[in-house]
Amino acid sequence: MTIQVSPSPVPNSSTADKFASAVLDKDVDLSNLLKTVENLSLSGSVKSKLPWLQEVRENAAKWVHYSSIPTTREEEWRFTNLSELRNIEFSAIGGQINSLEEIDTLPETAESRLVFVNGVYSADLSQVKGLPDGLTLSNLANLPDTGREKVKRHLAQSEGSSEVFTALNTAGIQDIAVVLVSKNVVVDTPISLVYLSVGNEENSFITQPRCLVVAESGSQVSFIEEFRNCDNPLGVKRSDRQNTDQQLKNKTQEEKTYFCNAVTEIWVGENAGVNHTRIVLEGSAAFHIGKTAVTQERYSRYTTHAVTIGGKLSRHNLEVLQNGEQTETTLNGLSVIFDKQLADTHSAIALNYPHGVTNQLHKTIVGDRAAGVFNGKVFVPKPAQLTNAAQLNRNLLLSPKAKVDTKPQLEITADNVKCAHGATVSQLEDDEIFYLQSRGIDQDAARHLLINAFAGEIIDKIPVVSLKEKLMETVKSISG
Amino acid sequence: MIQENSQIVLSVKDLTANVDGTEILKGVNLEIRAGEIHAIMGPNGSGKSTFSKILAGHPAYEVTGGEVIFEGENLLELEPEDRARSGVFLAFQYPLEIPGVSNLDFLRVAYNSKRKAQGLEEIDTFDFDDLIEEKLEVVKMDSAFLERSLNEGFSGGEKKRNEILQMALLEPKLGILDETDSGLDIDALKIVANGVNQLTTPENATLMITHYQRLLDYIIPDYVHVMAKGRIIKSGGKELALELESRGYDWILEDLVEVGV
Repeated sequence: MTIQVSPSPVPNSSTADKFASAVLDKDVDLSNLLKTVENLSLSGSVKSKLPWLQEVRENAAKWVHYSSIPTTREEEWRFTNLSELRNIEFSAIGGQINSLEEIDTLPETAESRLVFVNGVYSADLSQVKGLPDGLTLSNLANLPDTGREKVKRHLAQSEGSSEVFTALNTAGIQDIAVVLVSKNVVVDTPISLVYLSVGNEENSFITQPRCLVVAESGSQVSFIEEFRNCDNPLGVKRSDRQNTDQQLKNKTQEEKTYFCNAVTEIWVGENAGVNHTRIVLEGSAAFHIGKTAVTQERYSRYTTHAVTIGGKLSRHNLEVLQNGEQTETTLNGLSVIFDKQLADTHSAIALNYPHGVTNQLHKTIVGDRAAGVFNGKVFVPKPAQLTNAAQLNRNLLLSPKAKVDTKPQLEITADNVKCAHGATVSQLEDDEIFYLQSRGIDQDAARHLLINAFAGEIIDKIPVVSLKEKLMETVKSISG
Repeated sequence: MIQENSQIVLSVKDLTANVDGTEILKGVNLEIRAGEIHAIMGPNGSGKSTFSKILAGHPAYEVTGGEVIFEGENLLELEPEDRARSGVFLAFQYPLEIPGVSNLDFLRVAYNSKRKAQGLEEIDTFDFDDLIEEKLEVVKMDSAFLERSLNEGFSGGEKKRNEILQMALLEPKLGILDETDSGLDIDALKIVANGVNQLTTPENATLMITHYQRLLDYIIPDYVHVMAKGRIIKSGGKELALELESRGYDWILEDLVEVGV
């Protein structure tokens, strides 16, 4: 999926119909998924508050109706095979959460937390108290009247809204995590958005978290999204990895899968700052496809720390549109995967104005027979003079069968810019381990020290201490 | 310092070793007693660096024969970390850069693993900070180096000083300095040598591996050994180093040929 630099309208019926004639390769499996999510109807209160929402859903459904699940023949999905997704019948019915204790929350966000269980807002698990004036943190049903117009103006308006999985999400919107920050409001408390996926034993299911963040001009906010599975908060446990392949196979067959198709839209106003942490700790049988669409106005700053640990197959589409001059974008990413996990990050940054700055560091730790994929696009068209863009992808392979496909992709037509990119693939060096051993540190501890150091470069940048510690622990326990 | 009847720290007998199937050590014999400073000199490729790495337990080398007894224990049976914990320290010729591991954390982990092996409690962060401040003095290092990643971006001299700092902290029974002087300017060399001299006691021993006599002007050895073709072929006092400096190695090698070795 490439970002179009020119604005394109939200799909309406006429464009969708035009599109229909061009696409003959209709995919029935996607129709089933579409039917499942379309059946999730809007509640009465949401309908009366946002009467236009049903139309947005239906327009998106039209895009989906004439699209298909991408195959590896498409460049954007070359290394990420979704064929398994086609063969599973997903219902919309997940499981129940048993007790509140199952939620391991962050103390820093004790009073600024929204929790959604299988896409449904949980008033019991959420906690919103004493937030500053000018900050709205709410689901749709509780959305104050003042927020309606802003939601309408921004929802599903990001570039790339017609991309198949984004449109699938829009077609089934039931509820949304909404974060609205008014002009010049600085929010000191970090905000936590938790999307829990809880399975049941009978069927596979689809869940579609949706988030909308609007930071108006001069405002500042930091938020954390966690995509998690209750049964297996660590994603993949080390003990699984030590089992034989056959045992693993049996386990996967027993465990019902789910498909988390998430979309987060972020609007960063003029001179505003948004700090976004995104954690994927899905269950070991789960599919996760997530979109983060960011639109930045001039002088604004957007920073993300995207960490993927869990999930059988996860894909993050991270798309940033710089919509004004002197805009700063910082993308930090880390995937830590084992077993036969696959973690794919496709990022695209479109600059279109002078003095833009982008900094990207994406790191991957791959063990066992896991596969990491990275594709990083940076578009620097003619108007984006004096751009300063840097991109680096570093990969650490822990086993001979681990695999990484990396593709930095810079498209530069402006002539007065500074752009750098690079990719490295390395292993834990025997000499490094020996050096540490020669100082009395045992081999296992030496290995951990090196892996933690590699992961720590990204995790250390996360602004919430308790989350940092939790992630370092998680990395340590799975890379055991 | 040579002492009457002092304890034998290291005893190497007929040590032979291969790397990738090529024989590098062809029967090394060496005995080091507490309080002594030994220097092994020799031309490039003589096997002297290999010898130091084998003592520390580098996995790339395969010991094919002979024995190494360290303080009465068979050193060759120990893992590298256990050798370190029991008191063998190798100051690397090329200390590795480890990005992301802070120098301070590394030093603390290393120190605590030694304490743990000795059955002592781990030292806490505050006490460790005090201890390390004291050790920094030995090599005149700025505490700013502690916050940086281990050896990352350090100059050659800074890396070598950092090695001696680790030695000062771990207080080994046997300190092995592998080409510690190579690549150092005279000021850095003086600081490093001065650091080593502060650490020598009647209880521990030092083994210097060096190509140049220059280091031995600052750390005065009790014994000088010449290594060539995988063997120690000549041993003597510190005056041997001066002779090597003025005459080179060729005359010893020629002597060897004459006696048919």
